[in-house]
Amino acid sequence: MSPRGRQAAPDEKTVGTAAGPSLEKAAAVADDLPEAASPEELAAQWEAEKPEPAGLTTNVVLALLVIGFGGAGVVGSLALGTGSLGEPGPGTWPLVVSSAIALLGLVLLAQARATSDTERFTSDSWVVLPAVLTLVPFAYLIEVVGFEIPSAVLAFVWLKVLGREGWRTSVVGALLMTVSFYLIFVTALGVSLPHLF
Amino acid sequence: MDIAPVIDGFGVVLQPENLLYCLIGVVVGMLVGVLPGLGPAATIAILLPLTYAVEPVTAIIMLAGIFYGAQYGGTITSVLLRLPGEASSVVTVFDGYALARQGKAGTALGIAAIGSFVGGTVSIIALTLVAPFIASFALDFGPPEYTMLALLGILLVAAVGNGSRTKAFVAAAIGLLLATVGRDGFTGAERFTFESLSMADGLDFVPIAMGIFGLAEILHSLENRGKLGKPPAKVSNPWPSRKDLKQSSGAIGRGSVIGFVLGILPGGGAVLSSLAAYGLEKKRSKTPERFGKGAIEGVAAPESANNAAATSSFIPLLTLGIPANATIAVIFGALLIQGITPGPGLVEDHPELFWGVVNSMYIGNILLLMMSIPLVGLFVKILTIRASIMAPITVLITLIGVYTVNNNSFDIVLVIVFGVLGYLMKKAGFEPGPLVLAFVLGSLLESNARRSLILFDGDVAGFATRPISGTLLAVLVVVLVLPLLGFVLRRSLAGRGGPAAPGPGGGATGETPSDSPSDSPSDSPSDTPSDTDAPEGRTKESSR
Repeated sequence: MSPRGRQAAPDEKTVGTAAGPSLEKAAAVADDLPEAASPEELAAQWEAEKPEPAGLTTNVVLALLVIGFGGAGVVGSLALGTGSLGEPGPGTWPLVVSSAIALLGLVLLAQARATSDTERFTSDSWVVLPAVLTLVPFAYLIEVVGFEIPSAVLAFVWLKVLGREGWRTSVVGALLMTVSFYLIFVTALGVSLPHLF
Repeated sequence: MDIAPVIDGFGVVLQPENLLYCLIGVVVGMLVGVLPGLGPAATIAILLPLTYAVEPVTAIIMLAGIFYGAQYGGTITSVLLRLPGEASSVVTVFDGYALARQGKAGTALGIAAIGSFVGGTVSIIALTLVAPFIASFALDFGPPEYTMLALLGILLVAAVGNGSRTKAFVAAAIGLLLATVGRDGFTGAERFTFESLSMADGLDFVPIAMGIFGLAEILHSLENRGKLGKPPAKVSNPWPSRKDLKQSSGAIGRGSVIGFVLGILPGGGAVLSSLAAYGLEKKRSKTPERFGKGAIEGVAAPESANNAAATSSFIPLLTLGIPANATIAVIFGALLIQGITPGPGLVEDHPELFWGVVNSMYIGNILLLMMSIPLVGLFVKILTIRASIMAPITVLITLIGVYTVNNNSFDIVLVIVFGVLGYLMKKAGFEPGPLVLAFVLGSLLESNARRSLILFDGDVAGFATRPISGTLLAVLVVVLVLPLLGFVLRRSLAGRGGPAAPGPGGGATGETPSDSPSDSPSDSPSDTPSDTDAPEGRTKESSR
């Protein structure tokens, strides 16, 4: 949201700040509050800040993926054996559902031009890939070396690389998190978690 | 009505463990409502592993607390930061923030808290009276009725969410398909297990919910890093004046009723109620131009409505065993984990569970009222914690948490897979809520459908012959046909050569009141689909 940088009107009453001095401190920085816009303006602003919609190609690909998925489901259901309506087989219900998916995919294809709620993949989106990649080893390491080391490493990577925090914050943060989790899960809750220490 | 179980229910609630978990639930709920990123559905999903360790009653008391607590929390950021913390608090932003700018943030918050409390309490009282009645009525339901009810529930939730209706239906259908994975109950055949032993018993609900709601939300918010950081408005004069109270009393009353009624309907819920209540107040006001500039009713009405709705949305779950929205679907899953199948028999078979949960809501609302004002300062401070720090914390809670359920690292892999799927879905405009709801209801729907078909000897028209299932079928048809009619009408009215009609997807917003202020918020923060509706975890996106 774009703050409009105007000074707040000098009408701040400090009568009865029962909410505490901490609030005053926190609010002391509230020098340039964005002004209260009308609902229409607000709505327009939110609309402008929404992620960019994806283009026609993405929508078409998406629709095709859905059709494909539905089609695969249909094939799989037929293989399972569909029986008859009076005696439904294991494949009957999956067939109904998969056909529905494929049909809806066709509708999506027809709507592809008019669709605007698909988000565009921007350069920012790339961050998700390394994020996911850090999670996979976690799944395997946790049973090998316990949860402490993978957790600390994951936290560190997320803080330093993904979160762009400084060295100190990342190291301290990672250690603090791991220790807290240890205290909460192992010591306090007594959950059975593979742990090294 | 037999009063004894109700009283016993209070006995259950007042046990120290239950009180503690109620407190934890509402505090976590408020926190979640304040923080951008995770919504109540995501949080409930992430905390599911915790429910294994406690009694069913305790677990549901906590999860319910998270749900209605989040309605209180969302107001705080709406008023102080002009950011709706929850989709149901979007409407509160207009007048709430305007009041804050006038130095009356405390008034707004105070009225919101009182309105929320009244809304919630009125809803609980109505629930207490209405629920047993519905449950006894539903005891006569057979497989055809359940089939129709489940189908209708899924359709309504998919239809009334924000965003494209078609995509929501696709998500629901995928959820139904996922539910078929595993061994077929009727024939013993293995379906879609790809020879994997882990999949032979079907996909587990918990990792799917945690992945699609929790992890997906975390991944998605990674993309929008660092766009927060606005200074909050000052909070002074924390209590509304007598005049304010008097002025808003009508709004609170009307909001509570609207919220209660709309909350019961599957697919309705807190967002719809808050919009409807705001619209109503504005329409019936003799000075509507005040709205949007700091009208106290503009805060009181939606806040009462969303809390009333959050409470009444438990009714279909507790009496019929049908979740009304995605968040409740996750709670439904939590009950299943505990070995309790919600349904009309719940009131009779597990009265301590039913009344324990219902009565905990009274206590929870009282706790929230007491805490919401004093804790505002603390919550505002917490908001300053950078997202980059919250992200690894939530990720670790999710991954470690899911592991503790079965001590099986396959579950972690599932969470990751569904997290990626959920993330891609969000990008693609598909709401995760209908998927989870459909998944949870999938096996119920299928087994009832099959039983019905066997009953009717393959004659599908049999559904229409029974009175209750026939009525439900009619409603189903209306829900499906209405947007198509609207689409056709709009096309023919727009005339040739006009701009292309928005398509059936646009029909999704047709349910909201026609006021322009309440219209646009229902689609512009449409990445924040109605929180109690299907798409839970996607709130807060517009709050960047």
